Amino acid sequence: MSNPTANVKLALEELRAELMATYDPAKPCVTVCAGTGCCASGALEVKAALDEEIKKQGADVNVDIKITGCRGFCEQGPLVAVLPSKIFYAKVKQTDAAQIISKTILKGEVIDKLLYKDPVTGEKIIHENDIPFYKEQHRILLHDSGSIDPTSFEDYLIVGGYKALAKALLTMQPDEIIDEVKNAGLGGRGGAGFPTGRKWELCRQSPGTEKYVIINADEGDPGAFQDRSLIEANPHSVLEGFIIGAFAIGAQHGYIYIRHEYPLAVERIKIAIDKAREHGILGKNILGSGFDFDVTVQMGAGAFVCGEETALMASIEGFLGEPKARPPYPAQSGLWGKPTNINNVKTWATVPYIINKGAAWYSQMGTETSKGTTIFSLVGKINNTGLVEVPMGISLRDLIEKVGGGSPSDKKLKAVQTGGPSGGCIPESLWDVPVDYKSLGKLGSIMGSGGMIVMDESTCMVDIARYFLNFSRFESCGKCTACREGVTRMYEILDYITRGYGQEGDIDQLEELCKSIKAGSLCGLGQTAPNPVLTTIKYFREEYEAHIRDKTCPAGVCKELITFYILPDKCTGCSLCARYCSDQAITGEKGGLYVIDSDKCQRCGVCREVCNFDAVVVR
Amino acid sequence: MAEDISKVDQIIDTYGLEQKGLIPVLLDIQTEYHYLPPEAIQHVSERMNIPMIQVYQVASFYKVFSLEPRGKHIITVCMGTACHVRGSTMLVDQISRVLHVEPGETTSDMQFTLEEVNCLGACALGPVMVIDGKYFGKMTVNKIEKTLSKYMETEVVANE
Repeated sequence: MSNPTANVKLALEELRAELMATYDPAKPCVTVCAGTGCCASGALEVKAALDEEIKKQGADVNVDIKITGCRGFCEQGPLVAVLPSKIFYAKVKQTDAAQIISKTILKGEVIDKLLYKDPVTGEKIIHENDIPFYKEQHRILLHDSGSIDPTSFEDYLIVGGYKALAKALLTMQPDEIIDEVKNAGLGGRGGAGFPTGRKWELCRQSPGTEKYVIINADEGDPGAFQDRSLIEANPHSVLEGFIIGAFAIGAQHGYIYIRHEYPLAVERIKIAIDKAREHGILGKNILGSGFDFDVTVQMGAGAFVCGEETALMASIEGFLGEPKARPPYPAQSGLWGKPTNINNVKTWATVPYIINKGAAWYSQMGTETSKGTTIFSLVGKINNTGLVEVPMGISLRDLIEKVGGGSPSDKKLKAVQTGGPSGGCIPESLWDVPVDYKSLGKLGSIMGSGGMIVMDESTCMVDIARYFLNFSRFESCGKCTACREGVTRMYEILDYITRGYGQEGDIDQLEELCKSIKAGSLCGLGQTAPNPVLTTIKYFREEYEAHIRDKTCPAGVCKELITFYILPDKCTGCSLCARYCSDQAITGEKGGLYVIDSDKCQRCGVCREVCNFDAVVVR
Repeated sequence: MAEDISKVDQIIDTYGLEQKGLIPVLLDIQTEYHYLPPEAIQHVSERMNIPMIQVYQVASFYKVFSLEPRGKHIITVCMGTACHVRGSTMLVDQISRVLHVEPGETTSDMQFTLEEVNCLGACALGPVMVIDGKYFGKMTVNKIEKTLSKYMETEVVANE
């Protein structure tokens, strides 16, 4: 064949056809979730035990066994799903491996004790799709996360990988691609929601031949881990969207800026890049289209401010991660002064789906102003913590109570924190609002990168505000005085309040400082740092007042304002608390009543933790 | 005691002499030596032709870099929001009490360094503690002493 275009694309399609020919969707496959969460719970040991058992029981010809990326239901890990029937086992131990092979694989029986039990109904659920946590989700970006091996190029091809790339590079003009993304209504998933197509267009139109694109995987918001999971689970999808974007913009080189705190994600994306190079998907003349593009993985070094685009670029250049004034915007003058386009991991990963299925398909999901689906990490005081993908516009209540399964204890849920240190706390009474960029903004919070931390009665809102200010105080790069000094001053006031030294007028002063910091900061970090304080004052003023006037912490969190106390009618005299107390503050006779000496007590909380009878309480 | 910095040249060669190589070079040096030895910083400055003050600027700005030698075992407690609401501050307090070090410090016998990190992204398992890369999810205050004792040379077992 003389046309080189056809050759490279053909090689890929031949490989795909070959794989499809031998791929049998009905063949049993045991998948072990190997995201950071499940690995921490011992997933790799489970995988090793399964491998061992398969050999032992001689079932190796009839069954595949593989690791997959994060299935999202981290709370229940290690997770094992048996395909194709999708029998779902939670909290699997190494010792369960033998039964999974002998019963489920060889006999098709379900192992009752490994099934997930719905905390609300108490009912045991066999199949993944029937679990409420999954049933309410609409998984697009996460669709293949539980079935493909993230280290396997072939697995990605089987699910239709790199078809969008071939379509975009070989049959579409850059402007057509940009129009498609624009029409889809895709907004930047980093949190601000800026229209992605428009951003690409600005960069494409900037004069110059040397341009750069960047994947922002510096997911710094505490409580958010969608980007990490997506890269760990399906790195090729991120890469595919990235190459399509680079082609549309006209960039020759890309950077993936990823946190060093995510070693597994770094490893997986590096493997994906190597495989892509091997198959002519990165490098010179990609798929024979004449387009050259390659990527470099750059690790962050632990600076939250580097999630801000200008700071991130300074960091890639090898300097301090300090934001620059805009304009000029990165689209005009970014990395080394060249036009640069930077998008979040999820934004890039969405692109292949839009190219494959079209803008109309994508834009029918979501709301008028926020299209498509988005991924949240749902964590904190709820039953089903993990990663969820839902259409934009779902209500907070549905998200927290249906998908999240509500509170795991008898404590009432009282707020949800969205958007990390730049976001705010939304009280339970307002949970009927739809989740989109606009609605959350109206409540004083932001969508942010998608972290959602659910809080219950035992969470102190003043302490939360103090926590976030402490975070922003450390992470402020120090360039703008308003942010550097103002945030520190706010932290000091909050710290005093939580320690019982609050004064009348503190709330007003906090509000005054919030205004000045918002006005006087160059980048998003400073402009949004006051949000946690403003929202907690707005919705939980009475908690501030209790700390300031009554010197009490209603949630029982602020150490200086609480006393530990043993309830006489609940104490059985087992002496466990006294044995654990490292301050010798608990005295009593075995079998009798134990008492805490509040002068000696350091309020570490060990006694409450170890008490089997809930006899230790906070007053 | 001067560190043997012979590996530094090799690291610099991997990334080249341009400014953009500085952070990756320092990251690799940190991985190799667990901190940035002053000799290494000076060598980087000379070979990459970047003023010493700029190298120190970068080294002190980014939190991953340590200018002090660290302990044999690194204990990292996640201070992300999800871990915070599930009581990670209590974990840090307890570790401080057991080891007599504050966050960021190293025990006098150079066995343990206690560090806080903003978020490890394992939020569903919070509160999370990591010792030498091993994750301990859903940690509780009463499990601290026992967990740490496994890493101590002279075992101090919690009285049970």
